[in-house]
Amino acid sequence: MSATPDAFASVPSEHTELSLLENAWRHRPGILGWLSVTTHQAIGMRYIVTAFIMLLLGGAEALLMRTQLARPNNTFLGPDRYNEIFTTHGTTMMFLFAVPVMEGMAIYLIPLMLGTRNVAFPRLNAFGYWLYLGGCLFLYWGVFTNTAPDVGWFAYPPLSGPQFTPGKRADFWAQMITFTEVSGLCVAAEIIVTIFKMRAPRMSLNRMPLYVWSMLVQSFMVIFAMPAVVIASSYLLSDRTISTHFVNPAEGGDPLAYQHIFWFFGHPEVYIIFIPALGFVSSIVVANARRAIFGYPAMVLSLIANGFIAFGLWVHHMFATGLPQIGEAYFTASSMMIAITSGIQIFCWLATLWTGRVRRNTALHFAYGFIAIFVLGGLTGVMLASVPLDLQVHDTYFVIAHFHYVLIGGALFPLFGAFYHWFPKMTGRLMSEKLGKINFWFLFIGFNLTFFPMHILGLKGMPRRVYTYPVEMGWGPMSFLATVGAWIIAIGGIIFIVNVLSSRRSAHFAAANPWDAPSLEWAADSPPANYNFEHLPTVASRHPLWDPPEERAVVTGLRNDRREVLVTTLMDAEPHHRYVLPGSSIWPFIAAVCVSIGFAGSVFNPWYVIWGSIISGLALIGWFWPRRPFHMEP
Amino acid sequence: MTRLHLVWTILCLAILSSCAGHQQSAIDPAGPQSGKIAALWWGFFWLLAVIFAIVMAVMLITLMRRPPSAIENRPPEQAESGLKRTVTAATVITVLLLFVLLIVSVKTGKATADLGKQSSLLTIEVTGNQWWWQFRYMNSDASRILTTANEIHIPVGQPVLIQGRSNDVIHSFWVPNLQGKRDLIPSRVTTEYLQVDNPGVYRGQCSEFCGLQHAHMAFYVIAEPKDKFNAWMQAQLQPAPAPTDPVLEHGRRVFLNYQCIYCHQIRGTTAAGQNGPDLTHFASRRSLAAGVLPNTIGNLGGWIVNPQRIKPGTHMATIAVAPNDLQPLLQYLESLK
Repeated sequence: MSATPDAFASVPSEHTELSLLENAWRHRPGILGWLSVTTHQAIGMRYIVTAFIMLLLGGAEALLMRTQLARPNNTFLGPDRYNEIFTTHGTTMMFLFAVPVMEGMAIYLIPLMLGTRNVAFPRLNAFGYWLYLGGCLFLYWGVFTNTAPDVGWFAYPPLSGPQFTPGKRADFWAQMITFTEVSGLCVAAEIIVTIFKMRAPRMSLNRMPLYVWSMLVQSFMVIFAMPAVVIASSYLLSDRTISTHFVNPAEGGDPLAYQHIFWFFGHPEVYIIFIPALGFVSSIVVANARRAIFGYPAMVLSLIANGFIAFGLWVHHMFATGLPQIGEAYFTASSMMIAITSGIQIFCWLATLWTGRVRRNTALHFAYGFIAIFVLGGLTGVMLASVPLDLQVHDTYFVIAHFHYVLIGGALFPLFGAFYHWFPKMTGRLMSEKLGKINFWFLFIGFNLTFFPMHILGLKGMPRRVYTYPVEMGWGPMSFLATVGAWIIAIGGIIFIVNVLSSRRSAHFAAANPWDAPSLEWAADSPPANYNFEHLPTVASRHPLWDPPEERAVVTGLRNDRREVLVTTLMDAEPHHRYVLPGSSIWPFIAAVCVSIGFAGSVFNPWYVIWGSIISGLALIGWFWPRRPFHMEP
Repeated sequence: MTRLHLVWTILCLAILSSCAGHQQSAIDPAGPQSGKIAALWWGFFWLLAVIFAIVMAVMLITLMRRPPSAIENRPPEQAESGLKRTVTAATVITVLLLFVLLIVSVKTGKATADLGKQSSLLTIEVTGNQWWWQFRYMNSDASRILTTANEIHIPVGQPVLIQGRSNDVIHSFWVPNLQGKRDLIPSRVTTEYLQVDNPGVYRGQCSEFCGLQHAHMAFYVIAEPKDKFNAWMQAQLQPAPAPTDPVLEHGRRVFLNYQCIYCHQIRGTTAAGQNGPDLTHFASRRSLAAGVLPNTIGNLGGWIVNPQRIKPGTHMATIAVAPNDLQPLLQYLESLK
């Protein structure tokens, strides 16, 4: 434990009690112990690190594409390799980076923010991570064996069907989806239960930090959206492997049905990525404007409304397929509606910053960068909601510009801000602010240089997903500019890595609450112990750490010799009962390996569904085998 | 950040205004539909640009403001009623502006979609193929149905009905200077109206990812006055004449004796393949391989000898044409005006 004072240290604690607690939450030694870890900090960190590696791979793919497109008629990459790379780039960024990194941050932060010791289902949590890792390895196994998918990240049939993409490339895409979606559903379930049942006593719903609200909304969205993509990819996979007739028009299937099902997931997916980022921005803004958020109820209601509206506008990805006009008008209206709820949140942040005492640290730089980029992306989104405009710019570089503005601006900038904001909590060290600001400016300038010209390229008729273009189209100069921007982003990324690596060894130790932020994670040590809090905190307001210390109380009476937590009621978080969380276990890892064998094998032979189910079933029997005497071992 | 954005805005405007006259541009309209869409675009652009500028200004002011130092972490509700009014007003204005945008957008959508309520429209069926376009001018008289590829001629000043189909995967038919895009979906027929007012040549390109050579699937729309169009139509309806020149005759024999006939049709000969572009009036077209190369005899030679080099993945077969057969074949094909 670090020497920093615990914000709740006013309660005396027995030395023996602390050592019992440490013993109960200790990780087992050795490689088996490493594979058996179920604490949320370790699992969350593994998600974040793995997802960051995926970001680097996806970024490297982006650089390859930009290099190919730097000049007309370039031959750096051929069409086959280019199609593989842009598909892998999109797939990696959406499924293996953006969603998992948000989940990883939540797994790390949510129990700390709620004032509890772990997520509700620690073993499921570990299982989810191993399965996600399986998905990463699976896709990149394909990439490095010339079997990378090459049909775009939404893999429209019939192009992705058995007739036009023989071989295994599209199968790798479809089955990778299954890996990550099962993993995503595991995380969503445990986040929802954790938020609903494990909050600190008296942290009623209306006292939850906005980040917790954003993860609650996001997790519900995952539960409603992800099954749709599992269905879409399973249709595709069965059409390909066992010749079913779901979406293959040659067999009487309907390729438009696939698009509807895919985008019923695909549109909410975007919000699944950026809604947690809105939570990051709220945390960063509150801590660095040094005041409570303006319009908390409006913010919460906007988040929830975002979650609902997100499911009602998927057809704006399909305007070009030719819909009846009444349908088009409906989806134009619903797509524009999202600007209202997003606008309210922007206004509330601006009002908060307007009246706060702004501390201009790196995290806040990223929050401002987020507002600038995200507002522009949102405004081009309003343009795309209009059917006539969409029919002109759909599937062009204008759309590429738009969604990179919303996803990089709306999710990646807040995520980098979040790294800078919570790095002291996670590592116990402060990151270099000087390098951080250089990092910010490289990313911000590089980003705008890369993606702003793409708006114009789109209006000038450049379709997306072309591996090259003729010189007389006049797209060369702006494409070159975009390529230069991409390399500037890459330098920004390297600066970030240097900053992380050097800060981890730096002597700038972080206090428990370096930003004087109000939420509970800052009450734990930096970095937090495996059990997070020696005594679980209680809260009396929306900003527990800004309350006078004498008003803070803690929970006593939990047993420290096992992994015990407090379960509280859903609305008002009144203490309800004590609950023992399961400890370390190797079974989630074994189960994930078995499930992975089934998923991966089924690409080559449908019988693997059967064999995989049998071994997975055996693994689950081991996982749930009752222990006697009935007592969860640490 | 301010200066950067200012520079960007100026740069953007400069570039946008400089791209007039480009051959494949959504903001250089040549017909009533693309004209309305371009007008809608500029309306959206200026309104949203103003909104963006206001939000950015407010954001930068928050950085420069020096509020009184004694601000509480949790300001009391009543102290912020002015702020509350401002935020509410901003939200209400947002909603109202979105309503305006919704209404003009739906109106424009209706106006651009409803062109062709007249009877006896010129109807062109476009069929997407990996990676070329087949065009058929429909007619109730089957002998007057005209089949061509990668290039259409249309008369100016009158609406044309485009019926979209696909033979393989999903493609998208798009001529930005004329109208928005329409997907071509296997097992379905999609429709779209086109109208061009200014005579000229407009380039279009597939805009739904369709595989290896999606990048090389372009076509041209040639808009011309009605009489010129009718003359073109008459000429295209004629079968290819039998050559009198012995070299051309040799070339025709080459065409008919090699595998060319499995995929290509030349009306007036026994070549009746349907998998590739109709070549009856091949030499009247501007481009080779769906817009990849200008249609010259040299390019044609390169294309026939090694199509995979020019368009990797193309379904055009590589045919080993004997050296002394190649020149007559090229000359014959380039005689098919």
